[in-house]
Amino acid sequence: MNTTKLEPATALAELKETKPDSVTLVVLSGDMDKAMAAFIIATGAAAMGMKVTMFFTFWGLNIIRKPGSTSSAKDWMRRAFGWINKGGSDNLPLSRFHFGGLGTTMMKKVMKNNRMPGIAELLETAQDLGVQMIACTTTLGMMGISKDTLIDGVDQLAGVSTYLAEARHGSVNLFI
Amino acid sequence: MIPADVKLDTLGYFCPMPIILTSKKIKDLTPGQVLEVASDDEGIKKDMPAWCETTGHEWVGLEEEPAGDKTIYKAYVKKT
Repeated sequence: MNTTKLEPATALAELKETKPDSVTLVVLSGDMDKAMAAFIIATGAAAMGMKVTMFFTFWGLNIIRKPGSTSSAKDWMRRAFGWINKGGSDNLPLSRFHFGGLGTTMMKKVMKNNRMPGIAELLETAQDLGVQMIACTTTLGMMGISKDTLIDGVDQLAGVSTYLAEARHGSVNLFI
Repeated sequence: MIPADVKLDTLGYFCPMPIILTSKKIKDLTPGQVLEVASDDEGIKKDMPAWCETTGHEWVGLEEEPAGDKTIYKAYVKKT
């Protein structure tokens, strides 16, 4: 896919200066289809000149984890959990018809054949457009995900107050 | 036929790519210039006027061209 590169710092500065309308999305789901909807709204809003904040929590954190990253927790329960809860924007299952991976692989092939961007490309486009990304510290801790296993460009690690401070100025606030 | 200064080809791309590519391309234009965006996604008929309304660029109009079993939509936007 062709994406035009924008300097992220410039894009973010531009956003803060000139964009009054703001959109916030809480991304709780780590399903591919739901993540796709979230990123299409986020990139679309950014392209319309709106300031966009995405707040990733629970399974949504898998989208912004480096591929193949496992839990770095010391206790066995979270370590075991980390073994089965793999991160990475390319490893997300469909919410329906995943069929142990077969359904999702087929859907990705269909998308690729139709030049539809996948989650990894949408994520990159969102970052190019200056979409602000926040990871929820509470669920990071709960799931034993350390911040060094998150992708580059996650702007902040924060909690509910940070989200609400953004959301109260938002004209569109969504929970996905 | 609406005259355009700059053309952008988004054929084969689905939502939200035409709008994203438009928002990037419009930066290369000087105010008053017209951008032609070609798309085969029917959604652009509604999406581009909505994009103009939100961003403040001027909606000029739309042309439809039949191309085989598809239709090519050409949306025209004037940079403000």
